[in-house]
This record gives sequence, structure tokens and C-alpha cells, in this order.
Amino acid sequence: MAGYTPTTPADRAEMLEAIGVASIDELFEQIPEEVRLGRDLDLDRGRSESEVYDRLAGLAEANRLAESAPNFLGAGMYDHYVPAIVDAITQRSEFLTPYTPYQPEVSQGGLQVMFEFQTAMSELTGLPISNAGLYEGPSAAASAAYLAIAATGRSGLVASRGVHPHSRETLATHAAGFGARLTEVGLEDGLTDRRQLEQAIDEGTAAVFLQNPNFLGSVEDIATLGEYASARGALLVVAVDPMTLGVLRPPGECGADIAFGEGQPLGNRLDFGGPSFGFFCAREENMRRMPGRIAGETTDLDGRRGFVLTLQTREQHIRREKATSNICTAQALNALAALVHLCWLGRQGFVELGELLARRTAFARARLSAIEGLEPLHDAPVVREFAMRSSGRPVDRLLAAPDGAGPSLPVYPLGRDYPEFVDSFLVAITEQRSPDDIEWLATRLERAAA
Amino acid sequence: MNRLAESSPDGREETVETPQQADRAVTIFEKSVPGRRACQLPAAGVDEVPLDELIPAGLLRDEPADLPEVSEPEIIRHYNRLSRRNFDLDTGFYPLGSCTMKYNPRLNERVAALPGHARLHPATEAADAQGALELMYMLQQSLGEICGLPHVSLQPSAGSQGELAGLLLTRAYHADRGRNPGKVLTPDTSHGTNPASVSMAGYEVVKVATDAQGGVDIGDLRAKVDRDVACLMLTNPNTLGVFDRNITEIASLVHEAGGLLYYDGANLNAIMGQCRPGDMGFDIVHVNLHKSFSQPHGGGGPGAGPIAVSDRVEPFIPRPQVVRVDDRERDDSDPSEHGRKPVYDLDFDRPKSIGRLRGFQGNFGVFVRSYAYILSLGSDGLAEASRTAVLNANYLMSRLAEGRSGRYLPVAFDRHCMHEFVLSGAPMKKDLGIKTLDLAKRLLDFGVHPPTVYFPLLVDEALMIEPVETEAKEQLDHFADAIEVILEEAEDDPAVAVGAPYTTPVRRLDEVGATRRPVIRQPS
Repeated sequence: MAGYTPTTPADRAEMLEAIGVASIDELFEQIPEEVRLGRDLDLDRGRSESEVYDRLAGLAEANRLAESAPNFLGAGMYDHYVPAIVDAITQRSEFLTPYTPYQPEVSQGGLQVMFEFQTAMSELTGLPISNAGLYEGPSAAASAAYLAIAATGRSGLVASRGVHPHSRETLATHAAGFGARLTEVGLEDGLTDRRQLEQAIDEGTAAVFLQNPNFLGSVEDIATLGEYASARGALLVVAVDPMTLGVLRPPGECGADIAFGEGQPLGNRLDFGGPSFGFFCAREENMRRMPGRIAGETTDLDGRRGFVLTLQTREQHIRREKATSNICTAQALNALAALVHLCWLGRQGFVELGELLARRTAFARARLSAIEGLEPLHDAPVVREFAMRSSGRPVDRLLAAPDGAGPSLPVYPLGRDYPEFVDSFLVAITEQRSPDDIEWLATRLERAAA
Repeated sequence: MNRLAESSPDGREETVETPQQADRAVTIFEKSVPGRRACQLPAAGVDEVPLDELIPAGLLRDEPADLPEVSEPEIIRHYNRLSRRNFDLDTGFYPLGSCTMKYNPRLNERVAALPGHARLHPATEAADAQGALELMYMLQQSLGEICGLPHVSLQPSAGSQGELAGLLLTRAYHADRGRNPGKVLTPDTSHGTNPASVSMAGYEVVKVATDAQGGVDIGDLRAKVDRDVACLMLTNPNTLGVFDRNITEIASLVHEAGGLLYYDGANLNAIMGQCRPGDMGFDIVHVNLHKSFSQPHGGGGPGAGPIAVSDRVEPFIPRPQVVRVDDRERDDSDPSEHGRKPVYDLDFDRPKSIGRLRGFQGNFGVFVRSYAYILSLGSDGLAEASRTAVLNANYLMSRLAEGRSGRYLPVAFDRHCMHEFVLSGAPMKKDLGIKTLDLAKRLLDFGVHPPTVYFPLLVDEALMIEPVETEAKEQLDHFADAIEVILEEAEDDPAVAVGAPYTTPVRRLDEVGATRRPVIRQPS
């Protein structure tokens, strides 16, 4: 059994005596006999640290692909390089092990990080306010819906099918609780269908959800699409990939009322899907309806600059059933990782990275389009991910290892979420996917498509 | 406790600032110098096409985001300095009630960082992610055994999302039976997330009173249970740290009226291997992996809030679900189809499921840590952890029943507690003129994080203390001694506590001003 418990038999005896009981069992007598377990849990007994390490390392090795081949999977989470300083900072006990900063006098580090994070996300999205982080991307969509319903007094939600399928499904799950109805708008040539969008929005629409780039990788004209929402008094909610905001026009400049997204590309490893963080930015009129934690600047009683959790009258521990959200997790450590990564990239590097992604993506799209049997699913502009259609072989055959036993080709089959695109797949590019890696993928696809 | 002398209130006006206090907060944005940078990116290695030839100019950004321009050494120094302005569990005692601030084993960080886990893309084909899916399956099985319920979904991102999931499951369960009850019962001692989640699930909150023993008031419950009750949300042991002895009666009252029982697992650390929510009659349980299962709190996340459910609730759990594919089923499959049917798979084909609560499969990195923790402790260690947590809480409660703390800080419910207990600072406020908040702030000068304060709402000037099993007796004694010293100095001069803290990086902060004139980002 692991030695995480310092109590010795001598300590125990002394403590029991101070309590005035003969055994620990006596303390458990308040649990009625009929619900006591009365046996050991049916789990293995405790193991040594080295044995546990071996077991976990064995499981890690059973995951293929993690290291062995260039990975072109994206669909919301991307294999960006995480700089070494991110680990160095996030593994510090002072950031790793505290609770939520309830005692600001001894939590200035974490609170200032939140304040800086809010500033960075506000800069990225072009919206004036940001919270300190939410669980992750798709559930932030549900938070946006909850805010929009409260702000407009309406209950209709409209989402483009260009919005991540996980976000749309999460919205539908939550809509059952919110008493909201969700309408989806189709895609035309890789972009949100304008006519359908206009028809779907009415006087009962609380929020219109768009994504940029959309799930097929296309760069949408958010400003134009958004006009349909504002014309009907609905909030425009835009999901964005933060890594594209070095080059793409930020949602705040396209009329968005709320911008949210999956934060993983910033400083967070893939971790098979989490933990990461969601970001959530809005306009000032919705400040007191925001979900989640928010840090604010203030002064101490000697006049020193300091930071506190603020606008807490929105939150569950004060407002209970009238809270603007039940969320009390800011994914603070993941948000810190993002902040450090953004500082490392800096004002200039962040733009350079976006340009690098756009150029390599264009190169990869052209290279794959030259393969017989493959063509781009659409011609819309792309920035870091694109969709290819297989005109001949079914996608699962195309991606399966030639020997039938090796790992499949690491791209995302669109048929998982879109029956209409069962013949297509997504290819994601990061700064870690070199032109050589792209050539490796092209060669594999050439062989498979032939 | 020499530091007390240094922070004596005498001549406080001229108190010399500590070096850390003199080091005023400067943000990374204020340290930015045009032209500085940290990163060196790889060359694109492809044609330097002008961007507006790839993407229409109108869709491109005009002005770069105003991120800091700083070098790598400056980044490290900035955040290391900030880190020193945090109190943390690795430095000192952190007895926050209902938060279970137990030691975070470093082994768990090491195994979570293994590239096979950390670099695994969530959309990887199941056949290529067998290690991850096996781990998730084993964690589901382990949590199911600990909770006494057969089915587990790991998907919820946190306790509050687990609660919301549980309530949406409740809604789906009733709808499947053609019912639509509108109310959810919660005790007046419940965590704030409970009623907030109830509202988000579209239910009305109905409060149930607490009886003289600190449990659910059965008479009040009887009066409020009817066919319009969808479920009762309960924590047992509850937020007062006491185990509700009437639990089976409570369960049958709710079940007889057609309702479900929801267990808030925030206090699971008291009962592991001793008793199980499923055996008490609960239908849905959420577990906080960042509490009982040692995931570091990270200054406010990440965590995870898996849910365990009974058979009748199982059809509705979120999708996808990790399943072990039956061997026979695998043999029957046509080997020429894909050549390799995985042993562990993600099951999306769940027609009655409430759907997704979030993207992909959940906070896998948290699962790795918690599974490592469960393997390390095992059945014996988990039971021992809970027993020691309860021992520590009762010992500390008995220490605090002595002397001045016994007089000024009486225990709210005078009986053996489970893993935590609640004191009332009402006599202290009345007799000494210092509030629970003052006591909490003064504790900071003793290198101790204060307990949870002003919760539960039921207890006037509440202090909720959870000492956890990973603290040594000396640490508990230090805490009790510090409280005694603070009360003694307050008898002498209450102003000491009222002006505290003195030694922290900043002193008491103007929270009202922060809310009235919110400055929530660096001005651009």
C-alpha cells in the first residue's frame, strides 16, 4: 500500500485516546449496519510505485501511433508543439496543487494568471471581456446558449452544420434541460448555406451558432452571415480555433456577441481529449451574465495592486438556483499552459505561426489534390485543415493499413459525423507536420488510392 | 511562532513591508518590449505565398493581437515569481471542507505525461488506442465497485457537470416512462452547485430542512415528497460531516413516490471501502476525481466528475461509452472486414442516451492519474485512507473542543463526525468581536490555509474543516495550536485578527470595489 498516509500505530493510539474511543470502527458506528459493506472492495490490493508505473507504461505502449507516425488528425484538437517552459511552469507545486483562489491574499499568483489569461483571450477574439476559462470547447457552446436564452428571453437555437458535431450534440443534450429547441442549417460548397440560415432564424431565435474555420476547415464570412442574426435580434455566437486568430479576422470584428472555443491548441497536450479548457469572451453588456470564474484588479488596504475573483454574485456558491451557470471550474492549470504558450509565441510569433499553417495547408491540399482518385471536398478557402473526397475507394479501405494489421492512416473520416460526407476525410496541419510528413501522407494515399 | 511577534499590531501604521509585499504586481503585458521574442518557429518549407492569395483579404486580420513581446528567460522569471505569490498544498496544511485537499502523488504526474497517453489524439481509431480504452474501462469498473453501482460514464468534466448529467438522466428516465415531474429536492445544507444544476436542467428546487442531528428532517421530507418529485439530491455524509442514519428510510420514501436518488460524491473520501452509495439506495452518483482520487486541483481545475448509475438509469447515460467487446462477438466478426476487431471500443449506438455533455471522451489525463492512484492504494489502501481521514477529523475536532476554541468555536453538531466537521464562530463574534473571516485571515499568518468559511449556510459564522488522511498528527496539532493562539491574542486585542493578514504578499483586498468598477483585463 502506498505511503501517502503518515499516521503510525502510535499516532493512532494517541489520537483514539484523545477522541475517547477504543477503535476507528467506533467512529463508523454512525453508519447503519444494513448499509455497511462488511467486506473488502473487489479491487486488487495496493501495489508498489514501480509496479504501478509498469502497468501504466504498458497501457501507454498499447496506444499505437502516439509517437510513431506523423499525425494529421484534427477535428478540434491539434498536435501543436508545446514548448518546454509550459511543463516547467505548470508542474510547479504552487500552480499544480492549490484549490480555487478563495483566499486572495495567498492566491495572487493564480489570480494574476487569470487576469493575464483574460487579457490574452480578449486580444485574440477582439471581444472586450473574457472569463478565466470553462471545461472545454463543446460544453462552452451550451454555456453560450444558456446566456443567450437569459439575455433574449427566447428559446430558439440555430446552428450551422459547420459547427463541430460534438458542440451541436452537446447543445442538443443541454437544450432538453434549458427547454430550448435546436435547428440545424446545412452546408453548401463547404460553407454555411446563407439562404437556409436566413430562413432558420426568426423572432424566437436566442442565438445563432457559427464556427470559423468550420468543421470542414473552410474559412467562413462571419460578418456577412452574422447580419442575419443581428437583423432578428439574436445573439451571434462564434466558435473559433484560437491558433487561427493570428491570421483570421477575429470574431469581435465580425459582429460576434460571444466567441468561444476549444483551448487545447494553446499549450495543452492531446491527452486523448482532455483535460484542456474552453474560452468564453463576450461584449460588455453581458458581463454580469457570464458563466465561470472571472478575476479582477483591485487594491489591498495599504493600496497595493492585487487581484480577486470578482462579479461573484453571478455564481452558484452565492446565487444557488439563480446562478448564471453551475460551473465553478476554470481549468486554471490548462489556462496557465495556454497563457505561457501565447507569451512564448508573442505578438509576432503568433502571426507567423498562423501564416505557416495557412501556407503548409495550401501546399498539402494541392499535393493531395494531385493524387488520382482524390479531390478537395470543396473549394472554400482553408487555413489549417481541409477536407478531401475519395472518388474511388471507400474511405475505410483507403485509410486501413495495407497489411490489415498496422495502424490506420491518421486522418479524420468525415463519415463518423456526416452521412453526406461518408466518402471524405479531414487533414489537419500543425507546425509539427513538415513538408516531408505531408509527402509521407501523400505517398501512402497514392498507394492506397491506386 | 516567532513570526507572531514580528507581525504584532503595535505600530502597525509603520509596519515595514515584507520584501514580497514591496515587490508590486506587474503583468506580463506591462513587461512587453517591442522586438523581444521567445519562440523560434520552423521554416514553412513551402512557397511564401502572400496570404491574401490563399484567403480573401476581407477575412484576414488587420492588426496582430496585442500579445506580450518577451524573451523566454523573462517568461520563466515572471511566472516563477507569480508562483511564489500562491499558497499551495505542497507547502502547507489546506483543510478546506468538502474539497478533500489530499496529497497529489508525483507518480501520477509521471505516468500521465508518458507520450503514449499524453500525445494520443482523441480521434484515434479504437484499435490504435487500446491502452487508453482499457484504462478507461478499468477505471469505470473500479469506480463502479467503489460506488456500488454497476455502470459508469467517465464523460462529465467536473462534479457540477456530473450533477447536470445526473439531472438530465433523471429527466430522460422519467420521460421514458411517460412522466414529467417538475421538482428536485435538496437539503438546505447542499453545495451551491446542486441548486444551480437543478435550474440548468429545467427543474424547480425544493429545499428540505435539516433535523437536530444534522440529517434530513424526515417529517419535512414526508411533507414534500410527492409524484411531482423527480429526484432527491443528497450528500452522505453531508456537508455538516455527519452520516444520515435514516438513509434507507429516505431512499424508500423517494423511491415509493417514483423519484430517483442522486448522490453528490463530494464527500466520498469518508466512506471508501466502508459503505457504498448504491447500497444506500442511490441511483446516480457523481465522483470528484480531483477530491477522493488525488487529481491535483490546479488552482481551479482540471478535474473530472464521472457518474455511476443503477441498471434502470443505464440506458440513458452519455455517449460514447467505453465497452469491452465480448470475446464471442469478436470471434463471430468477419476477419476480412477490418482484420482486427478491438477488445475495447467506444459505443455510440445508444438510442436512449441523453447524448454528449462535451467533446470527445472526457478528461483522460485525469483518468490516468486517478487510475494510478486506485492501483497504488488498492482495496486495502482506499479503505485505510477513508478510515484515517475520519480518524484525523475526529482527532482535530476533539482538539478543538478543548480550551478557547471549545468555548468560542463550538461544534455545530456534537457527535462523532465523518471526514469533516463544522464549527460555529458565533460565540467568538459575540464575545471577542472577531468574525470567522478574521480568524481565517489571521490563520494565513501561521502558514495554514483557512477552512471553508460561511458554508454550510445553515450554521452561523461557519468553519468547515476537512483535514484529510495525508496529514500527520503534528500538522493537526499545529492547526489547533494556531487557533488557540489567535483566540488568546483576540481576548487581548481583537484588532490583531481584524487587521490580518500581515505577512502575505498583499493584505486584505477591496472586493466590493472590484465588483463595482470591474477591471477584468489589462487596458489595451
